[in-house]
Amino acid sequence: MIERLASLFTDPNTQWILFGCMLLGLCSGVVGCFSYLRKQSLMGDTLAHAALPGICIAFMLTGTKSMLLFLIGAGISGVIATFGIGWITRYSRIKSDAAMGIILSSFFGIGIVLLTQIQHSNYGNQSGLDKFLFGQAASMIGSDVWTMMIVCGILLFVCALLFKELKLFSFDPGFARGLGYPTAVLDQLLMFFIVIAVVVGIQAVGVVLVAALLITPAVSARYWTDRLGVMVVLAGIFGAVSGALGTLLSSMVQNLPTGPLSVLSATAVFCLSVLCGPRRGVLSKYYQTARMKRRIQTDNSGQSQSIKEGAAS
Amino acid sequence: MTKNALHIEGLSVAYQKKPVLCNVSFEVKEGQLVGVVGPNGAGKSTLIKAALGLIPSLTGQVQVYGRPYKQQRRLVGYVPQRESVDWDFPTNALDVVVMGRYGHLGWFRRPGAKEKRIAMECLAKVGMTDYADRQISQLSGGQQQRVFLARALAQDAQLYFMDEPFVGVDAATEKAIIQLLQELKRQGKTVIVVHHDLATVEEYFDSVLLLNVELRAYGLTRDVFTRTNLHQTYGGKLAFLDREKVSL
Repeated sequence: MIERLASLFTDPNTQWILFGCMLLGLCSGVVGCFSYLRKQSLMGDTLAHAALPGICIAFMLTGTKSMLLFLIGAGISGVIATFGIGWITRYSRIKSDAAMGIILSSFFGIGIVLLTQIQHSNYGNQSGLDKFLFGQAASMIGSDVWTMMIVCGILLFVCALLFKELKLFSFDPGFARGLGYPTAVLDQLLMFFIVIAVVVGIQAVGVVLVAALLITPAVSARYWTDRLGVMVVLAGIFGAVSGALGTLLSSMVQNLPTGPLSVLSATAVFCLSVLCGPRRGVLSKYYQTARMKRRIQTDNSGQSQSIKEGAAS
Repeated sequence: MTKNALHIEGLSVAYQKKPVLCNVSFEVKEGQLVGVVGPNGAGKSTLIKAALGLIPSLTGQVQVYGRPYKQQRRLVGYVPQRESVDWDFPTNALDVVVMGRYGHLGWFRRPGAKEKRIAMECLAKVGMTDYADRQISQLSGGQQQRVFLARALAQDAQLYFMDEPFVGVDAATEKAIIQLLQELKRQGKTVIVVHHDLATVEEYFDSVLLLNVELRAYGLTRDVFTRTNLHQTYGGKLAFLDREKVSL
C-alpha cells in the first residue's frame, strides 16, 4: 500500500491522473457555484447526460478520440438540450424540472443507443468510449491533461474577468438587464461553462456522476462563507481536494475506482461542512440555540425573582 | 417649459394570447412623482418591465429625455420587487449597493474605493450605514427594501422606476422611502412608482396613472384620483372604498 502511495510521486502516469482529477474538481467547483446560486443545480446533470450523444456523434463522424472534438460535440448537444428545455417550458404547461427530466433521459437514451452502435462496429479504436458512462481516470494520458489544463485555464480566466457581471447576473438578472447587460449571452456562457466542466470531467468521473462534482463542492463552500468571491475559491479548492483524495485512495487500494471515490470525497467534505460550518452548520446552530435558551432562562428567573420580591415588599 | 423625462407611445404586451398591456401611451414631465395604480393583474409591473425592456413588448416605443431608452440607460434607475431575488445570496448590503455602480464602471472593471464610498453615501441616505457589512439574508424586509433603494440611488439616474417599494415594509421604512422620494423630486428627478395602497396615493404622488390593461386615466392626482375614475378602473372590486369613505 505504501509502495502504491509512493508510486504516486514517482510514476508520471499517476501524476497525470492526480493532476487531471484535481483540475476537473477545481473547474466544476467554480462553475458549480454559479449554477447552484441560480437554482440550476439540475442543469449540470441534464447537460452531463445530454453530452453523451454529442460525444458519440463526434466520434462516429471523425473516428478519433480527442477531447476538443468531444467538447464541440457535447457543446452542440448541450445547446440543443437547453433549447429543448426552454421550448417545452414555454409552449406547454410542463414545468422546468419535468422538462429537464424528459430531456435528460431521452438524450441519455440516444447516447446509449449510439454507444452500443459504436461498440459493434469497426472503428478499431472505440475501446474506452464505453468508459464515459462511469468514467475511468486511469485512461487519462498526458495529452488529455494538457487539453484539460488549457480549457480550465481559459474558463477560470473568463470567470475572473467577468466575476462582477456573473455575480450581478446570478443575484438579480432583472437589474442586470436594466443596466443593459446581454443576459441571454451570459446565460449561454454559464451553460457553456457547465458543458466544459462536464466534458473535462466525463473521462474520469463519467456521465452519471459528473454532476455531483458540480453541485457538492459549491454547496459545501456555501456553509463556510457569506461572500461570493470566497465561496467560488473555496468550492474550487474543495473540488480539487476531492479529486486528489479520490486519486490517492484509489491508488492505495486495488480495484477502487478513482472517479466515484472523488465524488465520495466531495460528499465527505460536504458532510463535514454541514456539521462544522460557522453560523449555518448543524453544530454551530445547536450551540447558538442552547446559548440563547440559557440566556433567556437566566433572564426569566432573574425577572420572576424581582417580581416576587416586589410583591413581597 | 419643463422637459419630458419619459414618453411612452403605444406600448402593448401579451403573455401568450392574453393581452396584459394594451396600447398604453403617456408622457411624464421632469420632476414628477407618479403613482401607477390599478387592480391585481392590471399590468402595473408589466408596464415598468416592458418600459425597461426586461420583457419583450409587442408594440410601442419608449423615449427617455427625448431619445430611445436603449441610448439612455445610464439615466434610468430601477428598484425591482423585493421578492424578485434570493436574499440568501452570499453577499452583504454594501456589495448590493455597489452593484448600482456597475453600469458606470463598464465591462471587466472591478469596483474600487470610489464605488464603495459612493455606495456608503447611498446607504447613509436610507439610514442603513450600520448595516453595510450585514449579510443580506439577515436584514429585515424593510431593510432589504432600503438596500434596493440605495442601490438605485447609486445608479445616479434622472428617471427612476420603482416596483412596489412599499410592499411588506415597516412604518419607519415607509417614511424613509417617502422622504427619499421627496428628496429626489427636489433634485429634479422623476420617479414612477407602482403602488397598491389607494389610501396613501393622494398624500404621496403629484400625478397618478390609473391602469387596468388599458390606460384608464392619467393626470394630476387631484384631477384624476376621483371616485368615478377609480370605479371605472377597478370595476366592481372597490367596495371597500365606499365603505371606508375615503375623502375623494
